[in-house]
Amino acid sequence: MAKKYEAGVKEYKETYWDPDYTPKDSDILAVFKVVPQPGVPREEAAAAVAAESSTGTWTTVWTDLLTDLDYYKGRAYAIEDVPGDDEAFYAFIAYPMGLFEEGSVVNVFTSIVGNVFGFKAVRSLRLEDVRFPLWFVATCNGPPNGIQVERDKLDKYGRPLLGCTIKPKLGLSAKNYGRAIYEALRGGLDFTKDDENVNSQPFMRWRDRFLFAQEAINKAEAETGERKGHYLNVTAPDVEEMFKRAEFAKEIGSRIIMSDYLTLGWAAHNSLSKWCRDNGMLLHVHRAMHAVIDRHPRHGINFRVLTKLLRLLGGDHLHSGTVVGKLEGDRQATLGWIDLMRDRYVKEDRSRGIFFDQDWGQMRGLFPVASGGIHVWHMPALVSIFGDDSVLQFGGGTLGHPWGNAAGAAANRVALEACVQARNEGRELEKEGKDILTKAAKHSPELKMAMETWKEIKFEFDTVDKLDVAHR
Amino acid sequence: MSEVMDYPSRLSDIKSRKYGTFSYLPEMTEEEIRKQVEYIVSQGWQPMIEHTEPENAKLHYWYMWKLPMFGETDVDKIMAELEECKKANPGHHVKLVGLDNIKQVAAAAMVVYRGTPPETVLCADLPKPRF
Repeated sequence: MAKKYEAGVKEYKETYWDPDYTPKDSDILAVFKVVPQPGVPREEAAAAVAAESSTGTWTTVWTDLLTDLDYYKGRAYAIEDVPGDDEAFYAFIAYPMGLFEEGSVVNVFTSIVGNVFGFKAVRSLRLEDVRFPLWFVATCNGPPNGIQVERDKLDKYGRPLLGCTIKPKLGLSAKNYGRAIYEALRGGLDFTKDDENVNSQPFMRWRDRFLFAQEAINKAEAETGERKGHYLNVTAPDVEEMFKRAEFAKEIGSRIIMSDYLTLGWAAHNSLSKWCRDNGMLLHVHRAMHAVIDRHPRHGINFRVLTKLLRLLGGDHLHSGTVVGKLEGDRQATLGWIDLMRDRYVKEDRSRGIFFDQDWGQMRGLFPVASGGIHVWHMPALVSIFGDDSVLQFGGGTLGHPWGNAAGAAANRVALEACVQARNEGRELEKEGKDILTKAAKHSPELKMAMETWKEIKFEFDTVDKLDVAHR
Repeated sequence: MSEVMDYPSRLSDIKSRKYGTFSYLPEMTEEEIRKQVEYIVSQGWQPMIEHTEPENAKLHYWYMWKLPMFGETDVDKIMAELEECKKANPGHHVKLVGLDNIKQVAAAAMVVYRGTPPETVLCADLPKPRF
């Protein structure tokens, strides 16, 4: 039956609140934590979020009648209490597939977090999780290589990979920087890394850095007989410059490059990821700026969503937090998003902050990277928490060794291998860590020295962004 | 500075060459090797043995000893194969691998018997610097 046009403002819930709706397998599902303005009922606030993030606007327009809104509109279909927070609630919203361009992470997020976060009817809004249907996953590029391919290329099996960020992060000359890389790699690391803000500053232009780094890698590989890499950061002011640097890295024989996917922009990152697939290059991804978006418990986007969208855009490594180091990170939440990086299928698990089953289809997984404020004493916990498919990065924990980078690297490599061996033997790393490291240090003066140097360092500040539980 | 120790790795010393997981630890005892075999079996992985001349350890493909031992869970039999491979290939590195067919990758790989490298070493495989 044809509808009549009635101009004016309707309540959102008349059109966009649909508690009887059963989500389709093809829908994109989102859960928001909503704090409504005082006096706005939950259903109305949830419906407003659904409307403003899909087909709705503040008033009825005659052109609504030229399309089939029921076919395109987002629907708020469920509301739940947030444990431990009386003001906020979870709103579950289903978006039909026709709202989105295939393979465009940019388009999905421009829709579902585009305008709605500034919307006056809600005081604050946080996107907690998104379920990507298989059709959308299959239209995205995904990791250029993936965990298994990277292991085969690098010939490294049955243990976490070891890395190190070169410090001081800014101010070294290219020659001295290459020296720091060489020393760390010859001591037994698999990777060294540019820091996120190392691009092409006056103290060290990118081309010089790339060449000295590659010479360092070549010598360390010949010396140790193992394959190694340095994440050459190709983040640049524009995409032409980014590709120029990536091409040069390939030309000189680098195995891996790096991008800052949030500051670089998702479209640029997506192009770089496709380039890496085409050129057989590994891609390390740093998440600089993420805490601006994901740290506040009531506003923004949870990191598990930023994790999912990066796996879709493509990357072979992504920083995940360490749980035990100097940077923010709740243990259960971190376990949740490292599953989202690596596994084929992740089931709903509220104890890890995962609201939806997520099927990744055939999309490859990527390595979580634990980096920041960690040292040899953290090794047993890190191996236990992260398992083999991870990259453990010790910056200060390598370069700060009293005997230098090579000794620091060797200490970490010995500690890592001792922990993996002990785990395989059935020992409990987090309980027996001290014994395991002490025994290993008998054969490694470098490890013994590292254990004496860092014994007392701990980071015990409380986590700001905790999972929502009853007793905050 | 007198207490600072030098890191004794050299291009010219083949003993500086490593070969993957556990090559930074002392060579495993028979009892320790057995525990790693037990681990591979307990994970449901397929045991496989590879070996190579130490100077060729950097290549992706080592010699495969017979075929992967599909379905073999008898730790004694796997230990006996390791021993047989070592005897038949004196001086070679012998590597124990656990193949994970779900992940389609070696889930464990470790050199359990270390070979004897040749006395002289060439360091000719370094690309020329571009400066």
